[in-house]
Amino acid sequence: MTDLAIDLRGVVKRYGELTAVAGLDLEVPEGTCVGLLGPNGAGKSTTMKMLTAQAIADEGEITVLGHVLPGDSKAARAQCGVVPQLDNLDTTLTVEQNLRVFAHLYRIERSRRRAAIERALGLANLADRRDTRADKLSGGMRRRLLIARALVHQPRLVLLDEPTVGLDPQVRQELWALIDALRSEGVSILMSTHYIEEAERLADTVTIMAEGRAVASGPPSALVAEHVGRDAVEVYGPPARLAEVEREAQDGGFRTRRTGTSVAVLGVEGSNGAHSPPDADGHAGHLALVRRSLADGHRRETNLEDVFVLLTGEEAT
Amino acid sequence: MSGRSPRRGGSIGRLERPALAGVLTREVINFSSFWRATTFSSTVEPTIYLLAFGFGFGSLVSEVSGYDYVEFVGTGTVATAVLFSSVFPAMFGTFIKYQFQRTYDAILAAPVDTEELVTAEALWIATRAGTFGCTPLLVAMVFGLDPRAGMLLVPLIGFLAGFGWACFGILVAAVLKSIDNFNYVTSTVITPLFLVAGTFFPISNLPEWARVLAQFNPLHHCVELVRHAAFGFEPGTDVLRVLALLGFGLVMWRLAIWRMTKKLVD
Ligand SMILES: Nc1ncnc2c1ncn2[C@@H]1O[C@H](COP(=O)(O)OP(=O)(O)OP(=O)(O)O)[C@@H](O)[C@H]1O
Ligand SMILES: [Mg+2]
Repeated sequence: MTDLAIDLRGVVKRYGELTAVAGLDLEVPEGTCVGLLGPNGAGKSTTMKMLTAQAIADEGEITVLGHVLPGDSKAARAQCGVVPQLDNLDTTLTVEQNLRVFAHLYRIERSRRRAAIERALGLANLADRRDTRADKLSGGMRRRLLIARALVHQPRLVLLDEPTVGLDPQVRQELWALIDALRSEGVSILMSTHYIEEAERLADTVTIMAEGRAVASGPPSALVAEHVGRDAVEVYGPPARLAEVEREAQDGGFRTRRTGTSVAVLGVEGSNGAHSPPDADGHAGHLALVRRSLADGHRRETNLEDVFVLLTGEEAT
Repeated sequence: MSGRSPRRGGSIGRLERPALAGVLTREVINFSSFWRATTFSSTVEPTIYLLAFGFGFGSLVSEVSGYDYVEFVGTGTVATAVLFSSVFPAMFGTFIKYQFQRTYDAILAAPVDTEELVTAEALWIATRAGTFGCTPLLVAMVFGLDPRAGMLLVPLIGFLAGFGWACFGILVAAVLKSIDNFNYVTSTVITPLFLVAGTFFPISNLPEWARVLAQFNPLHHCVELVRHAAFGFEPGTDVLRVLALLGFGLVMWRLAIWRMTKKLVD
């Protein structure tokens, strides 16, 4: 077995009446990138905060890089880089000063500090902005600096909480390349996001969270195969028609996903003659109806978004 | 089985130097950009008090408790400078850093604990307070205060008192929910303590109860120690005053850490 960079067992975190994390199990094997996918309020940021002991779990066990939290959190944090959801750069300091402060906080030896800062400037592509104050940077630059700050000490584990939120597509692509490069260097990564595409591209495994729990976990392709099959048929029409298709499909044993203007009937591969859906026995009548509906629809491959929407009941971004 | 093998040994302890140094580095870098404004506000105000009282009252009363009045106020306002340059930066700076800039969230994600964060911030503010505290003394020298070897201890006295006030300020910032509420603390705690510290008039002329209360005012002990540094120590009582300031610092330090931990760690 590989070592685990992060191991959560039955973790619970409550804020008064509200249970933000409700018995979460999560594993990040060393050297892999795990995507934490979930709608707003699912508990992603709370989970991230528990990994740096900035929130203390009420129940369960958390191990980070072999250190048991919260007691040994400091030793774990020394080898972690953290990119928070909310920008917390020192706005009155320059780009370089921000990196210098963290080179000290992360205890980089004096002789290696200079090089570490230069390296981070290069990663963020901000070498020519080193003397710009952080509050004078564009949103994309700030985010790059935030990420570079987390990498200044070459951590073994990186925690990224929605690293690309609010960025334009081009900057997002750049960050994806950066994260991909980290993973190929063997850095372990836990990344929360609500961009499905981001998780699909970067993550070796994805954990889908809803209401504080992991509702599914595995490589994106396996999750798709397990929960929504290979093909989907998208049926368009007026609301009444969509409701009808939805009901027919569900009666026929299919899973469906509703969007604003269409219903997707999931896992339809083999349902146009050759095979029957898994639990279609005894549903012959329904099946005939479903087939008719499917004939009107547009056939496409299923994707992780279908899984996300199906399991969290939320429309994805 | 998954490879869960907690690594032990070489584990990191409390109040580590690298962590304190890291937080201090941040403050020093910040100060290198803003020292003008900070120095100005921390030294000019006490100097104005010194000049206003020293020459305003000085024209009415020439001597107080056997001291020349300008010298009396000149030594007393050292404590004012220490107070102002420690408690206010601690209150406002701390609040801004955790509430608006989330600087502390960033720092606590690094290998730094709240205890180290609070300690480093208080040490830094105390160092500044010890330094800025000397300004009124220098101004008073211009107006005739004679230099004395004992005055070399003034920065240390300022540091000691400033540490307690810095921790008090951090505690206030950790407890209060809004920066507007700071006014309550200023009016009900800081201003009274400031006025009955023996800075502008001697405690000995106050009613009995006020004299007793003054013994619980750390600022009063700071005032007296500075005065004695300038005019001659009274070893017996001065040791007690140092102990009082140490006790004040220690209690405020632990309280500030306790409340900041509650604030910063959910
Ligand atoms: N400090 C706190 N005090 C009280 N409740 C909190 C606190 N932090 C988070 N919560 C609550 O816990 C739940 C989970 O929040 P969390 O920030 O972990 O969600 P998230 O998955 O990161 O959402 P988003 O995608 O919007 O960032 C939410 O209902 C939130 O209101
Ligand atoms: Mg979040």
